[in-house]
Amino acid sequence: MAVVTTRQKASWSVANTIVALYALIPVLWILSLSLKEKSTFTDGHFIPRGWTFQNFVDIFQVGGFTRPLLNSIGIAVIATFVAIVIGTFAAYAIARLDFPGKKLMLGASLLIAMFPQVSLVTPMFQVERSIGLFNTWPGLILPYITFTLPLTIYTLSSFLREIPWELEKAAKMDGATPFQAFRQVIVPLAMPGVVTTAILAFIQCWNDFVFAISLTSTNSARTAPAAIAFFTGASQFEDPTGSIAAAAIVITIPIIIFVLIFQRRIVSGLTSGAVKG
Amino acid sequence: MAEIVLDRVTKKYPDGTTAVAEFNLHIADQEFIILVGPSGCGKSTTLNMIAGLEDISDGEMRIDGRRVNEVAPRDRDIAMVFQSYALYPHMTVRENIGFPLKLAKVDKATIKAKVDEAAQILDLTPYLDRKPGALSGGQRQRVAMGRAIVRSPKAFLMDEPLSNLDAKLRVQMRTSISRIQKRLGTTTVYVTHDQTEAMTLGDRIVIMRAGHVQQIGSPQELYERPVNLFVAGFIGSPSMNFVPGTIANNTVETTLGTIPLSDRIRRSLEGHKDVPRDVIIGIRPEAFEDLSLVDESRGKGVTFTAPVDILESMGSEKFAYFSLENAHVDSEHLAEIERDTGSEDMGTAQIVAQLDARSPVREGKGLEVWFNPDSIHVFEPGSGANLTAAE
Repeated sequence: MAVVTTRQKASWSVANTIVALYALIPVLWILSLSLKEKSTFTDGHFIPRGWTFQNFVDIFQVGGFTRPLLNSIGIAVIATFVAIVIGTFAAYAIARLDFPGKKLMLGASLLIAMFPQVSLVTPMFQVERSIGLFNTWPGLILPYITFTLPLTIYTLSSFLREIPWELEKAAKMDGATPFQAFRQVIVPLAMPGVVTTAILAFIQCWNDFVFAISLTSTNSARTAPAAIAFFTGASQFEDPTGSIAAAAIVITIPIIIFVLIFQRRIVSGLTSGAVKG
Repeated sequence: MAEIVLDRVTKKYPDGTTAVAEFNLHIADQEFIILVGPSGCGKSTTLNMIAGLEDISDGEMRIDGRRVNEVAPRDRDIAMVFQSYALYPHMTVRENIGFPLKLAKVDKATIKAKVDEAAQILDLTPYLDRKPGALSGGQRQRVAMGRAIVRSPKAFLMDEPLSNLDAKLRVQMRTSISRIQKRLGTTTVYVTHDQTEAMTLGDRIVIMRAGHVQQIGSPQELYERPVNLFVAGFIGSPSMNFVPGTIANNTVETTLGTIPLSDRIRRSLEGHKDVPRDVIIGIRPEAFEDLSLVDESRGKGVTFTAPVDILESMGSEKFAYFSLENAHVDSEHLAEIERDTGSEDMGTAQIVAQLDARSPVREGKGLEVWFNPDSIHVFEPGSGANLTAAE
């Protein structure tokens, strides 16, 4: 047994603090900017001298940020949901069945995940324009599903592989149809994996900028990250820093809420007791 | 309650390997059948085919006279207990046991009554609201049993249900499985690789090897009249001793001395044509006795003297191990059992004798060992067939 000395504890605490600060200072900085009055942006103080929520009010009232935010939520939620449903079935097949082309399918999905999205934007722009998907929700949902599926299939299949196959055989013997066995035994056990994967997929869709900016032209489908790029000040000489900071804080909030809600469900060891040991 | 008939049931995998070949078995209603054999012998595959978890490649299986080859597991009305228990970890014990009934759309009150009854039989009543994770190995095993008995299926299938328990618990559960089966009178097929379990539980035992049935019979039959080297080596603990022998004029020369062939053995040998001169002689450890403890039948027996290598005293009896020259039997039939059990005392030079506890035998000292020449088995080395197993 390793004895943790006070000295080790102290050095670990220091290291942890440095890492935490490194990660959090930019976020706090943005928060600080979003709360500053326009005149004090450049005063160099980390803690704002003049506090105001005007930036937040502005982006919704003047900047029209409401619609992009709704687009973001709607598109990300739908894309995540579809990707999870398809991904669960696909992962289940990969984890459980031996079918021809299984390796090819896994390889292909990995290839998609690796593919630089930038190189696809131009052809997709052309395709979507010609089939009328350009600047619509489905026009963004489709590529999002495509690019989150490899992630979902990979993570979920490794989760499903951990679930003892005998549970499913037992369910069959107990009189379950294959779907009942899947629905009542496998899915509840895979829930932590599904939730974790859903959060990852949601974050991926939520954060996307490349597709959002290229495949939309108006607020009817433009998502929040893309909308931020189009922020302008009140006049052409005014810097939209405050609005951008406020919007950045706003789009961080759903992610934080998402993780806070689901972190309790992301518990490991739910399968303990299923089999021996 | 059902009879199960396997008619030349065969399992071939797509890669061409045959897991089970032409398996014939008629399991009577209420019978307790054991499938036993070393790992990879096809016993679990056979069980899975009865369950419907694996397809039958050829042949026919009938439950109560109805062909079930194409029937899904859930429609066969058979319950199965898995080696790993396969309890649903997200359900309580009550939900686990009640799951088959829930799927069968039984109403809630009936489910509760039946689960309570099953829990009573298995002493699980205090644990009904726990999750499997909070149970001990023995309790989990009982929950798995509960899930099987709760819906009164036509048959129970058990796939090495006790192999994850420690030795003491295994003996306890063995008797309780036997009691439950007798009480419910449900046809049971039980897979194990443990010959003690097979001997103690089964009405009849099926010994399998590499997909082929070797012998089917009652425990006593298998013990007394094994049809070949494999069965002889598999059944019995400690295993049967094997030594090479040469037949000459009504006697057989072995490293244990010259053994006269008894009338019974001579008659059996005469029933076979082409009995080879070189044979393998099998003799059970229980057939040996310390000469000093043998009284009236002393004259009828044969003795040999050898130094005792190792002596194990079990309290009720003693096991003496001898290393003899030229006693090594090299047979593929036995090698397979050795590989499976990891034991190296079979077919090698070691001879085990089970002696009476009163024997004054000492380790390292010589001992004169007595045995009845009628208790030997004579095996044909090539095919491994027992030449003395005739009825």
